[in-house]
Amino acid sequence: MSTTSQKGFLSFLYDCFRWNMQGSLSFQIFRLLLFAAMAFGIYAYSYQARSGLEVTGMSNIVSWGFYISNFTFLVGVAAAAVMLILPAYMFHDPDFHRVVIIGEGVAVGALVMCLSFITVDLGGPLQAWHLIPGIGQFNFPTSILAWDVLVLNGYLLLNALVPMYILYCHYKGQKADERKYRPFVFLSIFWAFSIHMVTAFLYQGLPARPFWNNPLMGPRFLASAFAAGPSLIILVLAVVHNFTNYKLDKKVFHKLRLIIVISAIINLIMLFSEIFKEFYFPTHHSIAATYLFFGLEGHDALVPWIWTSISGNIIATLILAFNPGDNNPKVLLPACFLLFIAIWMEKGIGLIVPGLIPSPMGEVVDYLPTWVELGVTLGIFALGITVVTWLIHPALILEERYEKMRASKMD
Amino acid sequence: MNSPKKKEGQMKKKDMPDTQCSRRSFLKTTSIAAAAGSASLVTGCIPGKNSGSSEEFKLKWEEYFKEHYRLMTQEEKDATISRLVRLAKLQRGLDLQMSSRPAREQVLYGYAFNISRCEGYMDCVKACVKENNLDRKSKTQYIRIFEMEPGQLDPSTGDAKYFHEVPVDNKFYMGVQCFQCENAPCVKACPTKATWREPDGIVVVDYDWCIGCRYCMAACPYWGRRFNWGKPEIPDEEVTTKQHYLGNRIRPMGKVEKCTFCVQRTREGKLPACAEACPTGSRVFGNLLDPDSEIRYVLKHKKVFRMKEELGTDPKFWYFID
Repeated sequence: MSTTSQKGFLSFLYDCFRWNMQGSLSFQIFRLLLFAAMAFGIYAYSYQARSGLEVTGMSNIVSWGFYISNFTFLVGVAAAAVMLILPAYMFHDPDFHRVVIIGEGVAVGALVMCLSFITVDLGGPLQAWHLIPGIGQFNFPTSILAWDVLVLNGYLLLNALVPMYILYCHYKGQKADERKYRPFVFLSIFWAFSIHMVTAFLYQGLPARPFWNNPLMGPRFLASAFAAGPSLIILVLAVVHNFTNYKLDKKVFHKLRLIIVISAIINLIMLFSEIFKEFYFPTHHSIAATYLFFGLEGHDALVPWIWTSISGNIIATLILAFNPGDNNPKVLLPACFLLFIAIWMEKGIGLIVPGLIPSPMGEVVDYLPTWVELGVTLGIFALGITVVTWLIHPALILEERYEKMRASKMD
Repeated sequence: MNSPKKKEGQMKKKDMPDTQCSRRSFLKTTSIAAAAGSASLVTGCIPGKNSGSSEEFKLKWEEYFKEHYRLMTQEEKDATISRLVRLAKLQRGLDLQMSSRPAREQVLYGYAFNISRCEGYMDCVKACVKENNLDRKSKTQYIRIFEMEPGQLDPSTGDAKYFHEVPVDNKFYMGVQCFQCENAPCVKACPTKATWREPDGIVVVDYDWCIGCRYCMAACPYWGRRFNWGKPEIPDEEVTTKQHYLGNRIRPMGKVEKCTFCVQRTREGKLPACAEACPTGSRVFGNLLDPDSEIRYVLKHKKVFRMKEELGTDPKFWYFID
């Protein structure tokens, strides 16, 4: 171990790369499948880049679709890392301290997906440099989209650099200097809330769209994110626990479950509040909600979608709250998966598409994504999972070595 | 990006066989994917062996790195216009006249629409499509005419897809388009300042600066904006060649566009195409700062209203009843 302490940053990066090349056969096959999915995504995107966005299901009425839906949902997943960071770094919870690196890896993967979804949604991706302050024209602070660009990239940097610093110290066999990274951890906690609030404000700030123009949107975004994000993290932790040498304590699953239950219940209360407002005394502003929940003028593409989502949401919340299996993974993991999917359905398409239907001129159309959108989305999900594995795999090897080294020093 | 000449140039560069169609299109796709971000995609072409395309490449290259329109000096505006005119000549053999004429002094445009007079003939729509070089393939329209039931004043209750002889008894007609808001939500939304309100009150888009995020479309309460989902298609013989940089020039793919009160006409002292085409005289256009203008007469003597006033967007478009 002591030999590594002499090594510099480049060899750190090289070793991370080398470790990534190793791993079991099934792990490598899994990664090849991800690469195949990414290749398909690139193929679909190249078709879209040549023909224009007309090959998507979007139109002048539903001008945002599957891409922006997934973007919106994944911002929440990224923000949810704070639910590990806060107890790990602030309260020095030992269980969370061991898994916080995984949460940060998931956040980086989610942010890479967010930025990719925005990019593939652009009509002129090659003009994206017009956004860069200095050489472009950045409409800050007026445009909320400009804010979003800032907070997302900032959060990506924070979530990449803090763990990288800690891992690098561990790689050198040193303890990371808490005085150096603690201010950035504070910043990233504040920042996690801001990325989701700013993304909510993106929609909330549009009086043109009564379905979105709702002060509950930001808080509800946070509640649903803190339910869906930790659900995903539980699933990732289960994979890590079962398929790697990095074993986790059962307590961490229990603690995460509590976080999920509380967030999911708050989320459902807010959902109920929204539904009450829309339907107790329906006004002109309830038309979009009517379209979503009951259909309008014969257009009802989202009705089964949203009811599936709400049922899944309620069932998963009940299971997690009453915990019938007493943290038995065979109950816990499917419930987390169900909750994650249900919130994805609701906070993705269930939120974005009805905001645009009917058009401000009252026209109702349905939206269905095309194979191009599904293919590009598949590719971006594969990219995100790849990023997560490429980050977590070497990180866990490093942490395991560091733990062993400290244990041997103690002896 | 899709002109046949350039595709050929790209093919030759990659040494692809012309015969196998499926393989060719597959290779084209993968090669474009591989070249993503590189200069070939930046400019949409690689200088091929055919003469002329190197000039096209150079022009496109210079176009790609040009400034935001509002930051250009007059010389830079003239330069980009001459490049665009030359490109239109090279690519489609079109002879364009393109203007960058700024807003006139002491002018603020306003529009009024007489809902008791309009009979729904849609001549305005036709004239607008022709004048503004709107995409024929997607049947893009800036103007929509809603057939309304009596007792209603909100177009969202009307029918804009009517296809029968007009006028129909006991119905009235209401035209909507971009209302050129003074406090425009779209302008506020744009992350790159690619859309703004000109001093004469027209909200314009710098099509080359727009990144196509469509946040402005989500922000507009009047559904006044359109997106170029594909490459706009206008037959050569139907192209309106008298163009304005901020107006009716043919839009690139993937950019947002909108009604500009026909900036290419109105800044030359003419009426917008819709107002000129209207056979019933329902459309009144003029300078709000000129006390003797017809629009001022309407605002003073008729009962007028604006759509969705409660949003505080302050449109420069009024409806009135005789």
